[in-house]
Amino acid sequence: MKTPCEVDLRGVEIGYGPVKVLEKLDLKVAESEFVVLLGPSGCGKSTLLNAIAGLIEIQAGQIWIGGRNVTWEEPNDRGIAMVFQSYALYPRMTARRNMSFALNVAGRPRAEIARRVEAVAQMLKITELLDRKPSELSGGQRQRVAIGRALVREVGVYLLDEPLSNLDAQLRVELRIEIKRLHQRLKATMIYVTHDQIEALTLADRIAVIKDRIIQQLGTPQEIYQRPANRFVASFVGSPSMNFVAGTLRFDPGGAIFTADDFKFPLAGYEFLTAPVDGADVELGVRPEHIEVAANGRELAIEMVEPMGSDLLAWSKLGGAPIALRFPGESRSTTGDRVAVTISPAKVSLFDRTSGRRL
Amino acid sequence: MARFLRAEPWGSGPKRVTPAMIGIYAFLAITALFFAIPLYIMLVTSLKTTQEIRLGNIFAFPQDVTFSAWVKAWSSACTGLNCNGIHVGFFNSVKILIPSVATSITVGSLTGYALSYWRVRGAGILFGAMMIVAFVPYQVFIYPLVRIFSVLGINNSLFAIVVVHAIFGLPTMTLLFRNYFASLPPELFRAARVDGAGFFRIFWSIMLPMATPMLVVAVILQVTGIWNDFILGLVFAGRENVPMTVQLNNIVNSTQGERTYNVDMAATLLTALVPLVVYFASGRWFVRGIAAGAVRG
Repeated sequence: MKTPCEVDLRGVEIGYGPVKVLEKLDLKVAESEFVVLLGPSGCGKSTLLNAIAGLIEIQAGQIWIGGRNVTWEEPNDRGIAMVFQSYALYPRMTARRNMSFALNVAGRPRAEIARRVEAVAQMLKITELLDRKPSELSGGQRQRVAIGRALVREVGVYLLDEPLSNLDAQLRVELRIEIKRLHQRLKATMIYVTHDQIEALTLADRIAVIKDRIIQQLGTPQEIYQRPANRFVASFVGSPSMNFVAGTLRFDPGGAIFTADDFKFPLAGYEFLTAPVDGADVELGVRPEHIEVAANGRELAIEMVEPMGSDLLAWSKLGGAPIALRFPGESRSTTGDRVAVTISPAKVSLFDRTSGRRL
Repeated sequence: MARFLRAEPWGSGPKRVTPAMIGIYAFLAITALFFAIPLYIMLVTSLKTTQEIRLGNIFAFPQDVTFSAWVKAWSSACTGLNCNGIHVGFFNSVKILIPSVATSITVGSLTGYALSYWRVRGAGILFGAMMIVAFVPYQVFIYPLVRIFSVLGINNSLFAIVVVHAIFGLPTMTLLFRNYFASLPPELFRAARVDGAGFFRIFWSIMLPMATPMLVVAVILQVTGIWNDFILGLVFAGRENVPMTVQLNNIVNSTQGERTYNVDMAATLLTALVPLVVYFASGRWFVRGIAAGAVRG
């Protein structure tokens, strides 16, 4: 196996004529790191991956892979392999020929090709599928072969473009675990594009959330989930989504207080990034699971419940905004119940209402 | 029994003959007859003797079937002073057909592939120009081409007629293949590029095998088109390479004395045989290819 490479994007800009898709993007992916590019469809994350692969020209900046400036290099000279959303298996070739195609093109000796294909097939448990055409394979098998085709090349960086998006839910979870296992075993550098935040949270060492031509936040899954840098990241990551209550910031002798209608929430214990301003328009973000039942808490009326098996999602109102609460699946709460809850200020997020930035 | 016991509708409903269906079948039958009757007359006439033809019953089945007209048409029918039959033209046509079909399809598929995958500078304009030219009647080009060829010293040769067929086939072939390749997922091309394959490798190993239905359609279009061509063969092929269609015309138009309708019919049927065989042998592929061009293969 080739040693994993680091990938360094320096001020990369991608666009079509005057239309910019990505602006001045810097991203350093360490050796053996698993980085997920996460964002809504059309945010340019796949475009960025194609640019790293050399399939799209960049307008400005440099791409370094393994300490080499590959900005002008052909895709196959960059030391990368890629897995595509639609699998992109060559339809007229068997799985074996698909996997060996790159090695054939490179003119490797036959014995070596056979050995490498066999080894990868065994690792992915697709040995008995090798003589089938793609049309004779199921979706999951096709994606396994496509991953195999990338692995056979033994490169320093693997690029995965929404590899699980075309699979059904159950298969997606299975293959997700397999990809994670593969990464642990190969210790290869992987850059993975997805719009599915669960995939991002489960797989990534670090996540880059992309929207509006820039990286909104780059951090570990914990950082992204617990301390989102702005309102977009907060709302995009997490399911069910974070609750938002619009209000104002007031200063009291006791400290800053968030107020919305009759809801007053002292923020003692919240770590402000910037010094708070009295009277600022802000938005309070609370994850559903951080609204906890407590005997002496604030009373909320439950308007609707959604049983989700492992959890029970209860809907209520707080400070004029609809909010979701997450109870354990065994909870007996039903519509019309009243529950007393508390929220820990250390676990909430505060956003500026105009800029959306975390305070 | 059970059917009569049920008062309310159950299962698949009764089939009715609607006026629309009668209309469609009537239309199809008339259309089929419209094309089949001339063919029938030709076939029947070619099998009759000249005496029988003179009776004028063109629909009648031959009283004694004879293949002498076919033999004569093939081996001894006269064009002017040469009485070698139409087989000379047949082999001339084959000689023209094979290199012309091969060249036009090779060049057309390559151009279509290049236009749909490789961002050639000005590819859009090039393709647009090609399409516009495809709609210009080709008679316009004949005189200039004759001048060009005679300056180059290749006029009236097999080479000239092959080049002409390749040029005139290019727009259709390019369009056919470009549209087919454009309907394939672009990720295939990208995957091949990441795998290190170059221009010709991708074309040969990946794109061409996928384009089999288009290749069949292209062969059908070009074989029938080039086989049926008259004017280009007449102008560019030269006297020793006249294709079958030109020779057929000479046979039919240059009869002296009694008109041998049976020989004319046999010669015509012999000339039409190649396109007919192509259609009958490849009907399924033809439909599939047309459909594959329209929607994703």
